Amino acid sequence: MTAIATLRGVSKTYQKGKERVDVLHELDLDIPEGDFIAVMGPSGSGKTTLLNLLGGLDKPTVGTVTVGGAELSSMSNNQLSRWRSNNVGFIFQFYNLLPVLTAQKNVELPLLLTNFGGAERAKRAQIALDIVGLADRATHHPRELSGGQEQRVAIARAIVSDPTLLLCDEPTGDLDRDTADEILKLLQTLNREHGKTIVMVTHDAQAAEYANRTLHCDKGTLETREAA
Amino acid sequence: MRLLNQIVAVTVLNLRNLPKRLGSSLVAILGVAAVVVVFAAVLSMANGFERTLLSAGSDDTAIIMRSGATSELSSGVSAQQVQIIETSPGVLRDGDTALVSAELYVVVDVKKKATNEDANVPFRGVELGAFDVRRNIDIVQGRVFEPGKNEFVVGRAAQQEFVGLDVGETIRFGQTEWTVVGVFEAGGSVAESELWTDVRVLQAAYRRGNSYQSVRVRLESEESLAILEQTLADDPRINVDVVSERAYYASQAEQTTGLIRGLGYPLMILMSIGAVFGALNSMYSSISVRGKEIATLRAIGFGPFAVLVSTVVESTLLALIGGLIGAAAAFIAFNGFQASTLGASFSQVVFDFAVTPDLLMQGLQAALVIGVVGGLFPAIRAARLPVAQALREL
Amino acid sequence: MKYLGLIWHSVWRKKIRTSLTILSVFVAFLLFALLSAVGFAFRGGEDVADAERLIVLEKVSIINPLPSSYQARIQAVPGVEAVTHANWFGGYYQEPRNSQFAQFPVRPYEYFTLYPELQMPEEQLRAWANNREGAVVGSQMAEALGWEVGDRIPITATIFPKTDGSMTWEFDIEGIFASDDPRGVTNFMLFDYEYFDEARAHSRGQVGWYILRVEDGADPVAIANAIDRQFENSPAETDTSTEAAFAASFAAQFGNIALIVSLILGAVFFTLLLVSGNTMSQSVRERISELAVLKTVGFEDSTVLGIVLSESVLIMLLGGLLGLGTGWLLIQSGGLLPGLYLPASTILLALAFMIGAGVLAGLFPALKAMRLSIIDALAVRA
Repeated sequence: MTAIATLRGVSKTYQKGKERVDVLHELDLDIPEGDFIAVMGPSGSGKTTLLNLLGGLDKPTVGTVTVGGAELSSMSNNQLSRWRSNNVGFIFQFYNLLPVLTAQKNVELPLLLTNFGGAERAKRAQIALDIVGLADRATHHPRELSGGQEQRVAIARAIVSDPTLLLCDEPTGDLDRDTADEILKLLQTLNREHGKTIVMVTHDAQAAEYANRTLHCDKGTLETREAA
Repeated sequence: MRLLNQIVAVTVLNLRNLPKRLGSSLVAILGVAAVVVVFAAVLSMANGFERTLLSAGSDDTAIIMRSGATSELSSGVSAQQVQIIETSPGVLRDGDTALVSAELYVVVDVKKKATNEDANVPFRGVELGAFDVRRNIDIVQGRVFEPGKNEFVVGRAAQQEFVGLDVGETIRFGQTEWTVVGVFEAGGSVAESELWTDVRVLQAAYRRGNSYQSVRVRLESEESLAILEQTLADDPRINVDVVSERAYYASQAEQTTGLIRGLGYPLMILMSIGAVFGALNSMYSSISVRGKEIATLRAIGFGPFAVLVSTVVESTLLALIGGLIGAAAAFIAFNGFQASTLGASFSQVVFDFAVTPDLLMQGLQAALVIGVVGGLFPAIRAARLPVAQALREL
Repeated sequence: MKYLGLIWHSVWRKKIRTSLTILSVFVAFLLFALLSAVGFAFRGGEDVADAERLIVLEKVSIINPLPSSYQARIQAVPGVEAVTHANWFGGYYQEPRNSQFAQFPVRPYEYFTLYPELQMPEEQLRAWANNREGAVVGSQMAEALGWEVGDRIPITATIFPKTDGSMTWEFDIEGIFASDDPRGVTNFMLFDYEYFDEARAHSRGQVGWYILRVEDGADPVAIANAIDRQFENSPAETDTSTEAAFAASFAAQFGNIALIVSLILGAVFFTLLLVSGNTMSQSVRERISELAVLKTVGFEDSTVLGIVLSESVLIMLLGGLLGLGTGWLLIQSGGLLPGLYLPASTILLALAFMIGAGVLAGLFPALKAMRLSIIDALAVRA
C-alpha cells in the first residue's frame, strides 16, 4: 500500500508563556491509503495537533508533512485553503454546523468553493446526505436534529467534495453509546466501501476498536498497535 | 419593601454586568445623545431667532406703514403723512417734540464673513430722535453719525457677521462712499443686524425725495394704540396700518420659526424612533448575555416584576446618561452661536442660538421616553424567560 | 453571487437584532431623503438654473430698480440674443400667509422666449397677450389653489397701489404653464408689464431686473462685463451674473441652514455607523467557531472577509433602500411640503453612503474574522 500521508522528523513546539512545550517530537509517520487509524492518548499528548498538521490547519516547527503528494509545510495560507477544500474532510466533536443553514445548505458549503452550479451542488449534497442516511432531513435546521443526526450532516459535509482523507476529532465525544456506534459504523462503511482514509482522534477505547489500528500518542511520540 | 429590595438587588447586578456589554451600551447612550444634540440645535435656532425679533418689540411703541404693506421694505409714507402722525392724539411728547421717528429702510449688499457671499443687509435712515423713540440703543464704540454726512453706525451683530464694518472703515454702496463711525447695541434685538444713518442722506443717496417707509411712534400708553389707530383711520389724507412693535416683530418671526419648528419636530420624532431602536438593541443583547443570570435569580425566588423593573431602570439610566451628554454638548457647541439668515423683510437677521434650560429639560424628557420605551419590551421578554429552559441552554 | 444564500441567512441569524439595525438604517436614510429635499428647496433650485441665461441686477441691492430704458442698450451689446425684464410685485391672495407664491409683471412673448422650459399652449399665450388684465399661473400653484383658466382672482398688493389708491389688483387667468423639468418650480404668476406700469401709482418706468440669453458660442462672462461697463458711473449701475451664480449666491443668504442640515445628517450617520458596527461585531463574536469552520473546509481568508463585509453592506442596503424609497414616496405625494423634489444626485449619494457605511461598519469585525486563527477559534468551543 502506498502512503497517502507521510510525516518526516516532525516536531511541534508551542510557546506557552515563558515555557516551551514540545507537543510532538521528531515524529515519523506513514499513513497508508485506505487505512482507518484511531489516535488515542491523554489530554495534551498532541493528538489534535497531529490532526491539525495532517489537515493543513497548522504547520510543523521542524520537519515535513506530505499529504497526497502535496508538501503542506511549504504552502501559503491561501494554497492550504484551496488544498483543504479538495483533499480533506473534517469532522468535529461538536459538529460545527452553521445554525442558520438547513442540513443540505450546510453540506453544500464546501461546494461553494467549486465551479459547480446551484443544481449540481444540490445534487451532490443530496448524494452525500443519502450516504449518511439523512436524505429525508435535508430541509431541517441543525436545531431540529438530534446530536447523532447533526454529526451525520457534518460527515456528509466532510465527504461532499469527495476528499480521500477524513480527519475526525472526537467524533463521538458528545454522543451516547448507541448513537456513537452508529456513527462509527458509518465511518467504517466510508472506509471500506468508499475507500476513504480516516484518521480519528478519540478518548474512547471502544470507538478505537472500529479502526484498523490504533496509534498511542504520549509525550510527543507514537506507538502503533494493530487492531485485534 | 421586599419587592423594592429585590428590584434594587437585580438592578445592581445588571449594572455590574454593564462593562461586559460596553459596545452596545455605548451605542445606546450615543444614540440618545445625538437626538438631544440635534433637538437642541434646531430648537435653539428657532428660539434664538424668535428672541432676537421679539426683544425688539415693545407694546407702547407703534409701527405705522402704508396700508397692506407686510414689511417696512414694501411700505411707503410721505412727509406730509408723517406730519399728520406727529400731531395725532396718543403720541407721547417730550415738551413740544413728539416722540416720532420717520425712517427709510433699504437693503445693501455686504459680504457675509461665513460665506464671503453678498447678503441683503438692512440700511436704515433715521433722525437723531430715533434714539429717544427706541430706548435701548447704546453707542458702545465710536460715536453716532453726524447728520448730513455719508457715515453710519452699525449694529453689534451686523458688525460681527459681515465683512468690512469695523469703526473707521469705509465701504462703497453704488457711487457713494460711506464711513463706519460707531457701533451700537440694542439689547440683542434685531436692530443690531442693521446699519443706521441720517435719513436725509439716505433719501438723497437713494433718490427717495422726501419720502419714508415707516414711522415709529412712542405711545402715551399701551391703550393709546387704539386711539391713534382710530384717528388715522378716520383721516382721509392718510391710508396706513398701525400695529404695535411687538405684534409687528412677532409676525415677522412667525414664518421663519414656524418653518424651523415645522421641520424640526418631525425630525426629532424620527430620530427618537431611531434611538429607540438603538436602546432596544442594547437591552435585548443585555438580556441575552444575562439570560443565565436572570434564570438563576428566578430559580432562587426573585419575582418576574423585579426583573422587569430592573431592565427598564437600566435602559432609562443609559438614556439619561446619553441625554445629559447630549445636553452638555449642545450647550457648549451652540449656546450663543451666532448665525444669520434671510428674514421676512427680505434682509438678513443676525441672531444667537439660545440653548435655554427649558429646552434642555425638554431634551432630557425625550431621552427619558426613549429609555423607557426602549427598555420595556426587552424587560417583558426577560420577565417571561422560561427559567428551566434558560438554565439548561446556557 | 453563490455566497448570497449564506450571507442572507447569516444576516438573519438574530432576527430581532437585525430588524432593529435595519430599522435604524431606515430612519437614517428617510431623514437623509427628507433633509436633502428640503436643502434642495432652500438652495432655490440652483441646480436647475441656466448658465446660458444672465441676470442683470442693480449693483447696490437687488431691491433697487433699473430704468426700463436699459433694455435697448442691453440688446445692443454684441452677443446678446434676447432680453426681457421682470418686476417683483409682492402681493398675496386673500391672506398675507398665502404669500408663498410670487407674482411678476413681465412681457408675455419675450418672457416665454427666454424661458423655453416653461410649457404652455400657444393659444393661451396669445389670449394672455391680448388681455391687459390677463395672467398666467404655474401648474403647481394652480393646483394648490384650485384655479382654472377663466377664473378672475384678486391679488392684494403690498408695494404697488393702483393710481386710484386701491391695493387690489384683479386678473383673469388666461393660461396655466408647466415646467418640462421635474425639478422646476412653477409656483408663481405672470401678468402683463404694460398694464402694471400704467396702473401703478409710483415707480413707473422702472423694472426689477433684466434677463437675457447669450448667442450660441458667445462668452457669458465677457458679455456680463460688457453690460456692466456700459452702465458704469450712471445713477443705476448694474451687476450681471449667470442665473446659476445668482441662484447660488441668493441661496447662500439662508446661510447657516445648510450648515445645520449637514450637521444633523452628520450626527445621524455617526450614530448609524455605531449601531451597525456594533451589530456586526456582536454577530462576528457570536459565531467565531462557525467562521473557523468555513476556513477549515477551505474558504480563503479574503472570502471570509468578503462575506462579513457583504453582510454589513446588505443590512445597510436593506434599511437604506427602504428609507430612501419611503422618503421618495412621501416627497412625491407632496404630503409634507408641496414642491419638494428629490434630485437624482441625492439618490446616488445615498447609495454611495449605504455601501460606504456598510463597509466602514463591517470593516473591523470582518478583519477580525479574516485574521481568525482556526486552531484557536475551534479550541474556544472544545
